[in-house]
Amino acid sequence: MASLKELSTKQEGLVGGHRLCAGCGAPVAVRQILLASEYPVVVGSATGCLEVATTIFPYTSWDVPFIHSAFENVAATVAGIEACYRAFKRQGKMEKKVKFIAFGGDGGTYDIGLQSLSGALERGHDLLYVCYDNGAYMNTGIQRSSATPRGAATTTSPAGSAIPGKQQRRKNLTEICAAHGIAYAAQSTAGRWQDLTKKAAKAIEVDGPSFLNVLAPCPRGWRYPTPDLLPICKVAHDTCYWPLYEIEDGKYTINYKPKEKLPIEEFLKPQGRFRHLMAPGNEGIVEQLQADVDAEWDRLLVLAGEKE
Amino acid sequence: MSERILIEGNEAVALALKLIDPDVVAAYPITPATEVVQKFSEYVADGEVGTEFVAVESEHSAMSACIGASTAGGRVMTATSSQGLGLMWEMLYIAASLRAPITMAVANRALSGNINIHCDHSDSMGARDAGWIQLFSENTQEIFDNMIQAIRIAEHPDVRLPAMVCYDGFVISHAREVIDSLSKDEVQEFVGQYEPQLSLLDMEAKTVGPLDLQDFYFEHKRSQAEGYVAIPRVIEEVGQEFGQKFGRSYGLVEEYKMEGADVALVALGSTNGTIKDVVDSMQESGKKVGLLKIRSFRPFPADLIKQSLSKVKAVGVFDRSMTFGGWGNPLFNEIRSVMYGGNGQAIPILDRIYGLGGREISMAEIEEYADEVLAVAKGEQAEVIDYIGVR
Ligand SMILES: Cc1ncc(C[n+]2csc(CCOP(=O)(O)OP(=O)(O)O)c2C)c(N)n1
Ligand code: SF4
Ligand SMILES: [Mg+2]
Repeated sequence: MASLKELSTKQEGLVGGHRLCAGCGAPVAVRQILLASEYPVVVGSATGCLEVATTIFPYTSWDVPFIHSAFENVAATVAGIEACYRAFKRQGKMEKKVKFIAFGGDGGTYDIGLQSLSGALERGHDLLYVCYDNGAYMNTGIQRSSATPRGAATTTSPAGSAIPGKQQRRKNLTEICAAHGIAYAAQSTAGRWQDLTKKAAKAIEVDGPSFLNVLAPCPRGWRYPTPDLLPICKVAHDTCYWPLYEIEDGKYTINYKPKEKLPIEEFLKPQGRFRHLMAPGNEGIVEQLQADVDAEWDRLLVLAGEKE
Repeated sequence: MSERILIEGNEAVALALKLIDPDVVAAYPITPATEVVQKFSEYVADGEVGTEFVAVESEHSAMSACIGASTAGGRVMTATSSQGLGLMWEMLYIAASLRAPITMAVANRALSGNINIHCDHSDSMGARDAGWIQLFSENTQEIFDNMIQAIRIAEHPDVRLPAMVCYDGFVISHAREVIDSLSKDEVQEFVGQYEPQLSLLDMEAKTVGPLDLQDFYFEHKRSQAEGYVAIPRVIEEVGQEFGQKFGRSYGLVEEYKMEGADVALVALGSTNGTIKDVVDSMQESGKKVGLLKIRSFRPFPADLIKQSLSKVKAVGVFDRSMTFGGWGNPLFNEIRSVMYGGNGQAIPILDRIYGLGGREISMAEIEEYADEVLAVAKGEQAEVIDYIGVR
């Protein structure tokens, strides 16, 4: 893997001047992933914060061939480009080895784009799909998605006096993607560049579909201070809220095990979206959240062969 | 060499696809267009085409993948119908806005609900404002010829817009007809190599499909509208070249026995074939009825239509779809607005909704309507908007 110094001399695929919020996790993740590619890439993005804040006409922050067509279909759009590439290769119209990357937010991936993604994974296109997961529809003003954690307040699951935030647990998208039998699926984070760079390089190397689910915190929607991207990611990993693991040809590896697994409250406390959970009467939701996290962590330990 | 073959409408589409041999076909099955996808899959499986066939999981993804492949610089085709076209709706606008010259066969079928698999034009009319060229076909020969011409029209450097070749579901899609086919060499020579103006695969940095706000969106739509100005000329040039090469010329509209006609009937699609027979027999008995068949509904050839219909005293329009709650229906509204604009003479124009959900229209019904239009031409009164063949 390239060192940070080496990476710092590489040409960036997503350059400055975009209008994503200060402290946003999404561009950090995208830049790391693009830097990890050894090949020229064609990039697609679903509608969402990443797309609208990087392509405001007549400006663009993308220094690669880039397409956005709609919200729910980046997997199919990029699949079409990849199909054309295959046709050109077969006809001898193209020699260069090119790789394809699709970016979608959690809304564009867990929810409205799940069908398009599933289709592309099943058909076996040579593309990496990256979900930058900030746990809500941020672009439209912080509405719940099926990636929103239980208990979180969003504008469509507000912390009301009768219903205190989102009632349901998160969907496990990484497992859904892995269940397509793809060669590589992993969870990574905007908060650890080595983990992300390594996984992106592996995922891009795969000849066929691969999937990365990347934690990409949103200071606006999560309501924590903008400079705290790294601490908020760290506590997400130390509480095992967001386990870092990979599935290579079905084999599970946990890439980070906290020395001391912190209680979920440590992840909740810095974030305004969970503030109401600290009030008396909502202990049950926190307990349920802890139980969700524990069950998932145990499941992963077993799958990775680290626990019976 | 051209060869006379017996073939179904859908097979003629698939055959045209095979002879064109596009870079990418992304498609999803739906009655009555399914056979296109099936037949084409056979060509792919037997190695008869070099196409990358993407058997997508929905029509939304079909059009999305077509857009991806087209912006990648490929020659791209697909086929659908009804609900499939409905599911593509969002992406149809994006294809046109990105100037992606995709060619799509549309086997016209009623829209749900209730679910019905038979012909009417509601699906294409629902997409009429999306920015696609829409060519309607009267019979199997025309589908075949239109598919081959549509590629040239869509990809023309002055156009670069997507095109639909519409043909009546079951009536044409499943009817066997004898057509003059063409050889692969003839088709290849006619369609030529595609020279894309945009290719994501040239690997130059570029941003396709950006966020476009109050300061530029309007100009982009205005410049998109300019693209349509060139299309009528290109349709005619391509139609004439096709005629010179293969003996069958095409234009934007077709006048049938309009010389000396007192009234004109106007229709889209396969009904034109039936109307032609009615016109023949009515003219034999001295009734001065002609037909104006519309081949290009988008763009709508306003000048030609005005020229043609200015010669008659009354017009009877056939509409195979409805505009609920509107006044008049799609074809009628266009015709009427063409005829009443500028210095047009105010002649009576009637609108008859017919054939929804595959309801057949008989020669007798067409003749009855034509008689009504003739009476109106003589000053009698009639309902402006009405139905044919409904209880
Ligand atoms: C078909 C469709 N439905 C709804 C929208 C409105 N919309 C645009 S972005 C968005 C949410 C994006 O959320 P996510 O994918 O999580 O990305 P984020 O903005 O959070 O980065 C929504 C609902 C749309 N553009 N298209
Ligand atoms: S709202 Fe959140 S996801 Fe969107 S740009 Fe701002 S920080 Fe990033
Ligand atoms: Mg989101």
